[in-house]
Amino acid sequence: MNQYKKITSEDLEYLKSFIPPENLFYGDQISEDYAHDELSEVKSYPEVLIKVRNQDEIVKIMEYAYENTIPVVTRGSGTGLVGAAVALYGGIMIETTQMNRILELDRENLTVTVEPGVLLMELSKFVEENGFLYPPDPGEKSATIGGNISTNAGGMRAVKYGVTRDYVRGLTVVLSNGEVLELGGKVVKNSSGYSLKDLIVGAEGTLGIITKAVLKLLPLPAKSVSLLIPYEDVDSAIKTVPEIIMSKSMPTAIEFMERDTILFSEDFLGKRFPDTKSPAYLLLTFDGSSRQQVEQEYEAAAMLCLERGAKDCFIVDTEERKDSVWGARGAFLEAIKASTTQMDECDVVVPRNKVAEFILFSHQLSKELNIRIPSFGHAGDGNMHVYICRDDLDEETWKKKLDEAFDKMYRKAEELSGQVSGEHGIGYAKRAYLKDSLGDKAIELMRGIKLTFDPKNILNPGKIF
Amino acid sequence: MRILVCVKQVPGTSNVEVDHVTGVLKREGIESKLNPYDLFALEAALRIKEETESHITTLSMGPPSAKEALLETLCMGVDKSVLLTDRRFAGADVLATSYTLSQGIRHIGDFDLIICGKQTTDGDTAQVGPELAEFLGIPHSTNISEIIDIDKESITVKMNMETMVQVQKIHFPCLITVDKDIYTPRLPSLKKYIQLKKEPPIEVLTLEDFDDRDPQNYGLNGSPTQVERIFPPEVNTEKRLVEGPAEVLSDEILKVLDNLRLV
Repeated sequence: MNQYKKITSEDLEYLKSFIPPENLFYGDQISEDYAHDELSEVKSYPEVLIKVRNQDEIVKIMEYAYENTIPVVTRGSGTGLVGAAVALYGGIMIETTQMNRILELDRENLTVTVEPGVLLMELSKFVEENGFLYPPDPGEKSATIGGNISTNAGGMRAVKYGVTRDYVRGLTVVLSNGEVLELGGKVVKNSSGYSLKDLIVGAEGTLGIITKAVLKLLPLPAKSVSLLIPYEDVDSAIKTVPEIIMSKSMPTAIEFMERDTILFSEDFLGKRFPDTKSPAYLLLTFDGSSRQQVEQEYEAAAMLCLERGAKDCFIVDTEERKDSVWGARGAFLEAIKASTTQMDECDVVVPRNKVAEFILFSHQLSKELNIRIPSFGHAGDGNMHVYICRDDLDEETWKKKLDEAFDKMYRKAEELSGQVSGEHGIGYAKRAYLKDSLGDKAIELMRGIKLTFDPKNILNPGKIF
Repeated sequence: MRILVCVKQVPGTSNVEVDHVTGVLKREGIESKLNPYDLFALEAALRIKEETESHITTLSMGPPSAKEALLETLCMGVDKSVLLTDRRFAGADVLATSYTLSQGIRHIGDFDLIICGKQTTDGDTAQVGPELAEFLGIPHSTNISEIIDIDKESITVKMNMETMVQVQKIHFPCLITVDKDIYTPRLPSLKKYIQLKKEPPIEVLTLEDFDDRDPQNYGLNGSPTQVERIFPPEVNTEKRLVEGPAEVLSDEILKVLDNLRLV
């Protein structure tokens, strides 16, 4: 395995025969950006970078790569955090951002059909202008939809609406040998054999290359209001979350944030947050068809929070207020990154009633290892983002502490019946933890699936397991 | 210290459509909100209250529904709200609005400091603050980007004059209009809203409460400005792409700006 062919001038000549020069880069022409993803923990250059424009180009590339056993990595905007879009074995990198057309809005079937390079922010803007909602709402709005599907991205509205997988109706995929397959479609129900479409979702480019996606839409709720709820301590903030869920109110989002993280984002954005007087906050969003309906729902949740020790509930109702609160929330990752010299992340998901325990554990761990571990996340769906910051540690101490912190956190997540990744994926960085978590049998089944889809192991090799 | 903040209820979106035939704003189904610029004035007042012992009143002129905007100011932490509402106030231009507010203020009492937002998102004139100060016969300063100091007799502020910043010390009573982003406005408290919504402590004044009760001085009658026509700005999506090396492009851009008289 992994005896891949190195790119030769002959290969380049062939690729040049159907890829225009402005879309084909090799050797020194490839920018350093393409050697890593957003977290930059693993670095490796592809030998050739191709900015593809259509499915035909991908088919031709894959036919050639298959025949010559050249590894191929697909990349969107490069906003991943686990090294999934890094070309570990060189070869060809297919970059999809020029395949960014929104192909069809089907009002009768409530679907939108897009190419993989459409950015999440472009997609949500387009559908909202047309009165629809594409519910998945990951923090990184400049990610491509292809990337979102490949990691089964989650985001802020998962509590009420679920994750990307729940909104993928159909996919067109180029397989490792260049064959094109249409999976799923505009149908609402589908009990027709194994759901191959759902295997592609979250496969991080290891099973096929997505060239088209049919996504499910919902009617756009007329009204949406958020509540920013301050608490005297982290514990009482997080402990309210399962009670909110239990009260059967349906917030679209329940986010948890600590003052330190908010202060980093203030520094990072150069903008003040509306309230930083409390150590911990919950941020809830409610949506609905009328103001009265939304008001009724959030007032009930607010009363519950106040009874459980919230200091107040602040109303985030206008565009300006939403910008000041959600703008900061959207910048948390970048802000923490800017606050330190290097960092690594843990994106575990635990059952929702265990979030408090996990966060408190990460606080203890921070004290025990004497290392900064800020966190924030989707408290309502149990998915936390925990960051281990290097600050001024030397290389050796950093590696040692990072390994220890990761080991302990993943073990804790396991103990709480959690999973290794909630939404960022496994990529390169989390493989060992996935193996520990799932066990040999599950990994063996995954390898079998991979072999069936990609017998030569040329699609994004070295990832997931 | 007694502080008064003027606020206005405006359409909740900046994308209000204009009826091409009648020129009237299509307000149907559009919610209202507090003028975003007034939130900075409110925040400035609330910060002063945190530093010095102060009492804050918010004042608005508008239809009875403007109570909602005033309730929001109470939920942000002001002590009292007054609404000037009377059918005879309707259709007021900048001058009539400022005069009405000045009459209201004379009725409510003396204030050390009056704070206004820079402008509204619907009227956009930025003139009500200064005109109100003139009617009250007190000094004023506009575009305040920072409050440097405040003592019993005066306030020291930075006035942003675009090409320069002037530091001014103004004696009370006075009026200031604050710039956008002087502070990040705090959020209204739902806890207070639940307490206050049934009977919001908002005092309502009509023309009958004023010293000057002559209806000719208010509303449309008291407005020298007559709006002849309202029309939406022309939407132009025309694009021109210029390619070439930086030196050529910079000359080209200058030429375009020059032609449009933008430089």
